[in-house]
Amino acid sequence: MRGERLLGSELRVLFRRWRTWAMLAALASIPILMAVVVRLSSDPPGPGEGPPFLDQVTNNGMFVAVTALVMTTPLFMPLTIAVVSGDTIAGEASLGTLRYLLVAPAGRVRLLVVKYLTTVVFAVVASGTVLLVGWAIGAALFGTGEATLLSGDTIGVGDAVLRSLLVGAHVTICMIGLAAIGQFISTLTDAGVGAMAAVAVLTIVAQVLGQLDQLAWLHPWLFTHHWLGFADLLRTPIVWTSFTENAALQGAYVAFFGALAYGRFTTKDVLS
Amino acid sequence: MSETAEAEPGDLAIATTGLTKRFGQQIAVNGIDLAVPRGAVFGFLGPNGSGKTTTIRVLLGLAAATSGSARLLGHDVPTRLREALPRVGALIEGPAFYPFLSGADNLRRFDAADRHADPATRAERVARALERVGLTHAAKKKARAYSLGMKQRLGIAAALLEPRDLLVLDEPTNGLDPQGTREVRSLIRAVAAEGTTVFVSSHLLAEVEQICTHAAVMHVGSLVAQGSLDELRGTGSRVVRVITPDGDRCVSELAHLGLEVGPSDLAAHRAGDAEVVAPLPDDGPAAEDVVAALVRADVRVRGFDVERPSLEDRFVALTGEGFDVAR
Ligand SMILES: Nc1ncnc2c1ncn2[C@@H]1O[C@H](COP(=O)(O)OP(=O)(O)O)[C@@H](O)[C@H]1O
Ligand SMILES: [Mg+2]
Repeated sequence: MRGERLLGSELRVLFRRWRTWAMLAALASIPILMAVVVRLSSDPPGPGEGPPFLDQVTNNGMFVAVTALVMTTPLFMPLTIAVVSGDTIAGEASLGTLRYLLVAPAGRVRLLVVKYLTTVVFAVVASGTVLLVGWAIGAALFGTGEATLLSGDTIGVGDAVLRSLLVGAHVTICMIGLAAIGQFISTLTDAGVGAMAAVAVLTIVAQVLGQLDQLAWLHPWLFTHHWLGFADLLRTPIVWTSFTENAALQGAYVAFFGALAYGRFTTKDVLS
Repeated sequence: MSETAEAEPGDLAIATTGLTKRFGQQIAVNGIDLAVPRGAVFGFLGPNGSGKTTTIRVLLGLAAATSGSARLLGHDVPTRLREALPRVGALIEGPAFYPFLSGADNLRRFDAADRHADPATRAERVARALERVGLTHAAKKKARAYSLGMKQRLGIAAALLEPRDLLVLDEPTNGLDPQGTREVRSLIRAVAAEGTTVFVSSHLLAEVEQICTHAAVMHVGSLVAQGSLDELRGTGSRVVRVITPDGDRCVSELAHLGLEVGPSDLAAHRAGDAEVVAPLPDDGPAAEDVVAALVRADVRVRGFDVERPSLEDRFVALTGEGFDVAR
């Protein structure tokens, strides 16, 4: 398929950048740091101390992966998505390469779609990195026996892998919604750094608004609303409400900001 | 001028009617009617800021025209651009690359963006394009390490990844040394010899004059002249220039030959000499017969010359400024 060749080229460009690997390395360092610190401390974290699930880390390797996702989701992971999605169109514009892609001709809609898919792939790789590294270091330092869930039930290794994959999927879906917002912002400017900063600021503002009780009516509509809502995936039986509500909300964000990006980019004068 | 303007639309690589582009209040391109015949090497000339790049952006669908219409290789712009663009190679307002990719990888990237380019022949075409612009040795070097001249050549290589019907080169000699400029000129000649129409913009007449068959002149957004080089120089506007101590006798003898000397064309030259200038019509006497006639009439000739006004003179007259304003 013709589109896939451009997608391949996009992915090669993304993963040829030193910046991309630096971001993935930074993400990978979170579970490693966390696991090592917990392992070396003589005083294991008690229930309710530190980030959610931290007290569970010593109990099973799986929880290193899940806790690392909890710690990276509010800020670190969205920052990397801000960089990649904010750069999609604005980055090409500031390099001047956008005009050459368009006269190639890449096709504006095709370019927009392929750029978005590239960011989605990056989101999968980013959460996958935290998960895999978390599992590896967790297994090495704390073993992978049976794990005790929040509901008190005990699950085996296979089930634990499945549960942490679900958490990873939840976080990835959150980032896919953010990526659509980021790409729209990216069509508004010719300054890649400006678009990245705007996406990062928006992420923080949305989370701050989510803390204000006066705005409770707004909370269900914030794209950050369900970002940390994956505790229900760690119970037996699994409660899917949060997961599916979030997927629907992120889907709506993708549709809305995708349409805005389409409207903007297909009519934009490329003067960079 | 009429010859190209009346050509069949199918014979034109680029045709515009009343093409206009505004940026807010400012008119960057003001109702231009371009007619670029197929097979031509067309110089698109004008000082900096006269609207050349903006015209090219509109022609290639990067920017929307405010009004007017354009056709590229017979296809409507912008509605049918998808059909035209694969046949067009372009360098627009300087080359642009991914600094962290090598020269060859940059070309691969642009080729992958072209949905009509065959990936199976990509490596071969990239190698050939690099060879054509003399960059084979630098193929693996990162683009950020390229000199300005190398970048310019890499940009031209990107435009030559496929056989093209039309090559649009916006200021291709910018930043090049005289040797590089010569290389670009010979590259353009070679591409044109293969039948590709070349549309080359420049603010420096001298850099493209030798290779163009046709030209157009832009001045603050308007097209002030267009046609083949001969048409632009103005056929029939040759003049004879005689320097002689016998000014009056020269004037009357020239009148015998049918060459009218205007009152202002008889000027003092140096002590005792007059400079007589008269237009020489194409159907007038041959230059050597004019000298013979003057000598027979005892006009002592100290200097004799037949000249065409240079293109440079024409353009200074058209744009009211020299072409080297940018330098
Ligand atoms: N993005 C833009 N916004 C506003 N004005 C512009 C823009 N690009 C070009 N112009 C104006 O349009 C005119 C023509 O510019 P340009 O086409 O770049 O000229 P040239 O290529 O002949 O040097 C100039 O006066 C320039 O200031
Ligand atoms: Mg220009």
